Amino acid sequence: MADEVILLDFWPSMFGMRCRIALAAKGVKYEYKDEDLRNKSELLLKMNPIHKKIPVLVHNGKPVCESLVILQYIDETWSDKCPLLPSDPYQRAQARFWVDYVDKKFYELGRKVWSTKGEEQETAKKEMIESLKLLEGELGDKPFFGGEKLGFLDVAIVPFSTWFYAYEMCGNFSLEAECPKFMAWTKRCMEIESVSKSLVDPHKVYGFVLQLKKAFGIE
Amino acid sequence: MAGRVVLHGMWASPYSKRVELALKVKGIEYEYAEEDLKNKSEELLRYNPVHKKVPVLVHDGKPIAESLVIIEYIDETWKEGPRLLPQDPYERAKVRFWTGFLQQQLFEAIFAVIKTDGEAQERAVKEVHEKLKVLEEGIKGSYSGGSPFINGNSMGLLDIVVCSTLGAHKIHEEVLGVKFLDPEKYPRVTSWVTALVELPLVKEATPPLEKVVGLLQFLRSSFLESAAA
Repeated sequence: MADEVILLDFWPSMFGMRCRIALAAKGVKYEYKDEDLRNKSELLLKMNPIHKKIPVLVHNGKPVCESLVILQYIDETWSDKCPLLPSDPYQRAQARFWVDYVDKKFYELGRKVWSTKGEEQETAKKEMIESLKLLEGELGDKPFFGGEKLGFLDVAIVPFSTWFYAYEMCGNFSLEAECPKFMAWTKRCMEIESVSKSLVDPHKVYGFVLQLKKAFGIE
Repeated sequence: MAGRVVLHGMWASPYSKRVELALKVKGIEYEYAEEDLKNKSEELLRYNPVHKKVPVLVHDGKPIAESLVIIEYIDETWKEGPRLLPQDPYERAKVRFWTGFLQQQLFEAIFAVIKTDGEAQERAVKEVHEKLKVLEEGIKGSYSGGSPFINGNSMGLLDIVVCSTLGAHKIHEEVLGVKFLDPEKYPRVTSWVTALVELPLVKEATPPLEKVVGLLQFLRSSFLESAAA
């Protein structure tokens, strides 16, 4: 029986990109549907009635929502190829802990960097750099957070890097200068096909952010 | 599975309580270290430098933080004893989704009711009811045979999180004067929570009512004072 896999997504979404990478890494054939978030499809509203958000993975008609839930579902369902979580429970707990940290901090900080000004923006910039440095510490000397290969934490974080150019332009600072080790890691990830074909062009993301700012009346 | 297990917790923390319940369900022997959150131990700060919070589980000297991460670790490490998450990937996804909902949406909404008064509190109360309605419909849709617990299995991760989020509803009634668990509006949620709080395991882990009421009243007045300042 052939699997039917659909990903309801929105092209600049970091959360959507996570799922794209995981599916590509596992060699899963799927249908990509880009949603217009101002005019959500009937399918999206039916598959995620609670949050009405992307990404949603629909596997043989059954929906899975929330990017981290989707990532683990993908890892557990297509478990024969490219495992994302390590097999050791303690290492799994560490990976989950750091992914939780990224989700708690990054999205909000990112939003503040591109959408605020003055002191609020300065504080957000400072905290973003501190977070990246903390992650650099966790990376250590390993090529990837997952060790020799791409793992759960790599897949969860690398999509945020597509928004870095937008953050730098809006915040007038350089993440490369502050966190070179982190940026070197993103470049290593981009050398992997499943990552490079799943991530979007940072310049396009910046264009999208400028549109958002205009729409919300933010200078 | 041998090894020394220490839980750094706080008697009134629902997050800490979750981990306690998970350990008890699995029948794991552990030592408990009560933390004074105004004077955190050196160990806690060393074990959880990122968040400096409880709970932290230390297994053979190795620390794990974040209650939901800890519970999945417990389930994966102690394979004997009841399962805290189901085997099937889709069922696991459902549990993780609802756990996330309870944590990010419902728990936060209840917390907002505790921290506010007047109009802000009225809005917060309305939001709790909206989330409870979603949960009620969700249980109907996701678990048409009844909730995971009422199906007759022992407590799992979702039961533990439901218990730690809504188990204190009587205390909320007393301190906040709000009744959330209306059996007519939310029959499935109400019967699930009622069944959970009656379990001997849960009763054992529940601190005395007056003690929690006292603390909650104190917390609420501190929040309101600092908001007014």
